[in-house]
Amino acid sequence: MSTLIFRTTAPYLTSLMILFSLFVLLRGHNDPGGGFIGGLIAASAFAIYGIACGVPAARRALYFHPMAISGFGLLLAGLSGVVSLFLEVPFLTGIWTSINVLGISVDISTVLGFDTGVYLVVVGSITSIALALEERGHP
Amino acid sequence: MVADEQWMTFLTLVLPFLAAAVAPLLTRVLGHNAAWVLAVVPAFIFLHFTGFLGSVASGEPIAGGYPWIPSIGVEFSWYLDGLSLTFALLISGIGTLIILYSGGYLRGHPHQGRFFSFILMFMGAMQGLVVADSFLMLFVFWELTSIASFLLIGFDHSREAARRAALQALIVTCAGGLSLLAGLLVIAAATGTSSLSSLLAAGEGLREAPVYFAALLLVLGGAFTKSAQFPFHFWLPNAMEAPTPVSAYLHSATMVKAGVYLVMRLNPVMGETFAWETILPVFGGTTLIAGTLLALRQTDLKLMLAYTTVASLGLLIMLTGFGSEVAVEAAVLYLVAHSMFKGALFMVAGAIDHETGTRDIRKLGGIGKAMPITFAAAVLAAFSMGGLPPFFGFLAKEEIYAGLAAGSSWGVLLTLTAIAGNALMFAIGFAVGLKPFAGARGETPKHPHEGPVLLWLGPAVLAASGLLASLLSGLSHHFVSSPMASAVIGAPVEVTISWVPHLGMPLLLSALTVALGIAFYATLERGRGTMAAVLAAIGWGPDRGFDQLVRGTIRCSAAVTRTVHNGRLDIYMTVTFIVLAICLLVPMVSYGELPSMPVLEQLRIYEWAVLAIALIGVAAVVYARDRLTAIACLGIQGFAVALLFMLLGAPDLSFTQFMVETLSVVILALVMTRLRLYPADHRPASQKLLDFSVSSLCGLGFFLILLRVVQTPFDPSLSTFFAENSRVIAHGRNIVNVIIVDFRGLDTLGEISVVMIAGLAILALVRVRVGKSREKAIQEEART
Repeated sequence: MSTLIFRTTAPYLTSLMILFSLFVLLRGHNDPGGGFIGGLIAASAFAIYGIACGVPAARRALYFHPMAISGFGLLLAGLSGVVSLFLEVPFLTGIWTSINVLGISVDISTVLGFDTGVYLVVVGSITSIALALEERGHP
Repeated sequence: MVADEQWMTFLTLVLPFLAAAVAPLLTRVLGHNAAWVLAVVPAFIFLHFTGFLGSVASGEPIAGGYPWIPSIGVEFSWYLDGLSLTFALLISGIGTLIILYSGGYLRGHPHQGRFFSFILMFMGAMQGLVVADSFLMLFVFWELTSIASFLLIGFDHSREAARRAALQALIVTCAGGLSLLAGLLVIAAATGTSSLSSLLAAGEGLREAPVYFAALLLVLGGAFTKSAQFPFHFWLPNAMEAPTPVSAYLHSATMVKAGVYLVMRLNPVMGETFAWETILPVFGGTTLIAGTLLALRQTDLKLMLAYTTVASLGLLIMLTGFGSEVAVEAAVLYLVAHSMFKGALFMVAGAIDHETGTRDIRKLGGIGKAMPITFAAAVLAAFSMGGLPPFFGFLAKEEIYAGLAAGSSWGVLLTLTAIAGNALMFAIGFAVGLKPFAGARGETPKHPHEGPVLLWLGPAVLAASGLLASLLSGLSHHFVSSPMASAVIGAPVEVTISWVPHLGMPLLLSALTVALGIAFYATLERGRGTMAAVLAAIGWGPDRGFDQLVRGTIRCSAAVTRTVHNGRLDIYMTVTFIVLAICLLVPMVSYGELPSMPVLEQLRIYEWAVLAIALIGVAAVVYARDRLTAIACLGIQGFAVALLFMLLGAPDLSFTQFMVETLSVVILALVMTRLRLYPADHRPASQKLLDFSVSSLCGLGFFLILLRVVQTPFDPSLSTFFAENSRVIAHGRNIVNVIIVDFRGLDTLGEISVVMIAGLAILALVRVRVGKSREKAIQEEART
């Protein structure tokens, strides 16, 4: 499967897809998208990279073990839910605030943290499965 | 003040566990001298409970507690009457001595800290068990003692015998614990109470309840396994694999008496029925005789003592079940006496083992000169065990005969049983307490000399208190025996017996017992030979039965697993899908809920086109030459469905469907390359037909149920709610995503946990294969 064309284009394709997945993740609250879909896109990006450039390269690019990413995502999602407890509202209630970045008001929320957690769990789990399977496909 | 006292009692209940937590650290710092510090804990508990003696003796039980799970009415509550208090004092008092003794016995052992920790844990559990008021608390502590006992028996876990004994004790006593739980639940359901104090206050109700017999059997199942009654006695001698302090503490003085405690506790509400007064004496009597006879056969000091413990427990159960007041008083006296002399004798046996290097009675002899204090303690304890005046054991024995010999033929039979048992125990008591010390010097691996103070303090104190309690019988009866007997009987009674012998039937029987005992002692060797021959002739025992049971269970489960879990994926899949098809179709047909013929709407031309693509995809899957093509074609069908979602206005769903389809095709293809299947499909025609029908049925089921679902009237209140509130409450316009991350956040949290766990599981599965192939690669490399 690792033809020259595929190998050459794969890194660009991967970076575009990851960028797109982040875009999908962030727009999810108001437009179609969200953590789950974004995670799937990013996972397929890594799967493509693994097929094209080999699993070791994909693992190096990821830097962390994909399962660790997944675990971190679960932790992040859980912790985002805990924030509301400090304000004495039920677990997982969305807390919103606005911050000023370079003169633009940006709404951020614990919900965003939660969605990012979902994104990371999906990326991590699917990528680790895909990479593990690819590993033996190319002995 | 009351609140203070309540708090202090609570503290005494948790203190052993706290001490267990710091014990390893303390032992690392102080070495074996940590025993002196740790012994302060039980000593403090002992003193705290002594403070209750006056109040309990005057007939006022101490009760207290805190709510534990108030929503279902579970309390962490305690109830201290004469019975619980005596037990609590025995546990903490003997516990103090045992901790000190362990300091000497396990001196320099690399895991001495761990040992202290376990034994303190046990102490806390046992303490909780005897003071517990609520049924749940009783059960929890009951099982905790089993677990602590498991840890302690298996302390020397590098030996297989210790591991087996630990497991055996755990299985037997925990099975009994479950039986007890069931019994308590039955009692709770029958009487509507869930605490011992209210059960005792309720009085007659339980005896007349129709479930009385079932409750009795279940509770006795717990009591008999814990207190090693025949035929569940086998775990107790095996438990002698534990270090000697454990044998002295758990397996003679305290834990094995938990069953007796339970029976005594329930005597006022469950006793005095025909079943009670038959089952208990029969099992108790059998245990008494079997225990003593088996003890004759042994040559190991600890095993001899273990079997007499079994016998003593039988005697206690027999006396409690006999039903007369005097018999109960006898049981109470004997219980206290036994805890003291048996604890002492075990510690003596341990000290002998520690100093001479052997516990074999045939090799031991004449070490009395070298170990005078131990010798004195041993003889005092043996006198008490033999029931000679003026020791506490004598009081117990007099009372036993006074209680049993009263009248009926049943009583005569039990008296004969008791005489035989007691005479044999007399012989064995002296065999352990006297024989190793007197006579000619035997050859022992080590040269014996008196052990350190930690080793002789415990037995000496226990043996001496057996004498003191008897000499000051007025005091000990007032504070201990009478309140305890009153609690067991359920009405105030006065124990009056003293050490001064009175002429009468009991004294005659005692004399007979002693005479018989001396005769048995003199012919111990021959008795041992005879018993060995008899047991060899029988050949089979409950101990081997246990092994057969375990092996049988394993074989049975292996057979079931082989049948159900045969490792063939195609069979799993077929079964799963057949069940799915049945679940979908059968209820729909049998309840007449089939959908009506749908009205076909006018579809646009591009909608037709998408449907056609989906159909082509499915057809391609069926007709594909090789598997990889089939998988890719499955993707065509999935993409077509995703397109449909898009056209029908569900972009999120469609988006996800695209991604899921893509990834599943990729992952399926990757799996295919790993499985090394034939590229083409080689199923025989019959198999193909079966698979075809199963999949068509499943498809039909889904088709019909979805059709039926859209034909039911739609309740829009939820979607209206989400549409109205997603912007207002959750600040998001994308309702689907708002539901996922906000309204139903907890569901999502659960789902992503599942995703991650599934990922881990798959990773593990894949890794197993990779690991093997790597090993092979390494081997191949090594060869070349």
